[in-house]
Amino acid sequence: MAGHGDDAPRGRDEAIVAARFARAHRVRRAEIAFWLAAFATLLVLPRQALIGNEIAIIALFALSLDLILGYAGIVSLGHAAFFGLGAYAAGLFARHVNADPLLGLGVGAAAAGVLGLATSALVLRGADLTRLMVTLGVALLLSEVANRAAAITGGADGLQGIVMAPLFGRFAFDLTGRTAFAYSLTVTFLLFLLARRIVHSPFGASLRAIRDNRLRAAAIGVPVTRRLVAIYTIAATYAGVAGALLAQTTQFVSLDVLAFDRSADVLLMLVIGGAGWLYGGPVGALVFKVAQEVFSGLTPQYWHFWIGLALVVLVLVGRDRISALARDAVAALADLRGTRAARGGGSRSVPP
Amino acid sequence: MLTILFDGVAYGMLLFVLAVGLSVTLGLMNFVNLAHGAFAMAGGYVTVLLMSRFGVPFLACLPLAFLAAALLGAVLERTLYRRLYDRPHLDHVLFSIGLVFMAVAAIDYAMGSQQQNIRLPSWLSGRLDVMGVGIGRYRAFLIATCGVLVVVLQLALSRTRFGVRLRAAVDDRRVARGLGIPVDRVFAVTFAVGSGLAGLGGALGAEILGLDPTFPLKFMIYFLIVVTVGGTAGLVGPFVAALVLGIADVAGKYYVPSLGAFVIYTLMIAILLVRPQGLFARVR
Repeated sequence: MAGHGDDAPRGRDEAIVAARFARAHRVRRAEIAFWLAAFATLLVLPRQALIGNEIAIIALFALSLDLILGYAGIVSLGHAAFFGLGAYAAGLFARHVNADPLLGLGVGAAAAGVLGLATSALVLRGADLTRLMVTLGVALLLSEVANRAAAITGGADGLQGIVMAPLFGRFAFDLTGRTAFAYSLTVTFLLFLLARRIVHSPFGASLRAIRDNRLRAAAIGVPVTRRLVAIYTIAATYAGVAGALLAQTTQFVSLDVLAFDRSADVLLMLVIGGAGWLYGGPVGALVFKVAQEVFSGLTPQYWHFWIGLALVVLVLVGRDRISALARDAVAALADLRGTRAARGGGSRSVPP
Repeated sequence: MLTILFDGVAYGMLLFVLAVGLSVTLGLMNFVNLAHGAFAMAGGYVTVLLMSRFGVPFLACLPLAFLAAALLGAVLERTLYRRLYDRPHLDHVLFSIGLVFMAVAAIDYAMGSQQQNIRLPSWLSGRLDVMGVGIGRYRAFLIATCGVLVVVLQLALSRTRFGVRLRAAVDDRRVARGLGIPVDRVFAVTFAVGSGLAGLGGALGAEILGLDPTFPLKFMIYFLIVVTVGGTAGLVGPFVAALVLGIADVAGKYYVPSLGAFVIYTLMIAILLVRPQGLFARVR
């Protein structure tokens, strides 16, 4: 009898929880608009395909950092390690084994994922500072390896002579970059959907619990270590895919895929767009790239100055406030569209 | 062999002077200041400018480099850094990386990207031969200067009233404040002195480490290693860590040049794996 009394509320709780997860996972109109706009640039702005390709790639890279920083609270200064490894793995694979893009993508992803799994033990221990140091150390170590192993990686000259086979045997990677852009954007989109599924699942909720309070999360039975290892590996794989995309679409890998600047830049992008929010990465990447184009047009050599200034101002103003601003703007846009649609519908229903 | 050891010690002591300010910043305010190298660079460039444009002798430049960097540190601390003490580490990192980027680009713009050279006075260049061991005069000078600095710092920290307040504040900021210690002021002074020491280190190290606009980025990892491996509990930890790092780096580059900086990074990761709080941290 007592068991019966217990069961009914538990069933109701589960239903409530399930409903909450479903609501969080519901696709919003603004999201559809965002991705439609992204794919529309393929047709509308074909001349910007090269930069579009870059934006799609760094958006994926920023998304991958968001998974660990925004959702699991792991600060990393060496995320470029996975990006770079993915790039070199895909580049070397295309050069020496098989030039098929999709196979190469898998190889890049697997290489970075394995590295992520192997180094995840390093980020589990210690405080933020230790994590910063260790992640930075891993990236520096890899960059040193790539620099020294010039016979394999081409060293400071970069890995040259990558020739990709056409995608699906039909679409060649040409100089206009349209195939490249479509390819990168599609891969980014698919992985974004997967990430969306991940963060809105109970697994994602447990990650946020760990981020907010590790001790309490462990106390309510979240297997903290295993969850962190899992998300770190997933994020590393994502970064590896982004690196592989860069290697394949530019058909070149240079040492700067592993550089400290790249880790710092991706952190900045994510912060501009807002961490802990799936669109933070893509939006940040877009803003960052456009700003880079503008500033490096003004002063080609010194554009890092403006990036630095942006960072300082961003932190002083408060990054929560800025990402909240971005979020509000998106919400306001969605509202605007909603009211306009309603008004439009209303006017049509009114007889002249 | 002994020459390498000697060079390593000189290098390590230099690293200590460069990084000691950072260890206090981290220990006292828990502020991850990646821009520490920018103050060192400021000191280096002040020296270069004073020597080449105004003909100031090298020795006179050293205190000026200290003062310039300390002033810069004090101004930035009062205006910018202090607003961020209570923010999460990510904010510290972003803010200080921003400062580094700005410093690198600004110096590049003002001074050009080439390596800057300092002409040492003749009595500091060349080598001495002491009992069959070749010793660079400048390195001997470095060891002497940095050695004196280490002793002075240790005495200041352990014997003066200011040192007592500083140690109390590092141990427990809240209790120290409760006891009436002006923690903010103590920290402002310490930050300025730490930046000044970095500036002095930059001036001293321009000859050995090289000086170009990427200096803060190139040596950031070294400073961080000294501090994280040495811990923030006192001067002894960072000092030992700096010496070990200096000797290991010089010896590594001499004996296995093909490995490059590999040895150091691996060592750092290994140490942090075993002792995440640093080698000399006290258990709290």
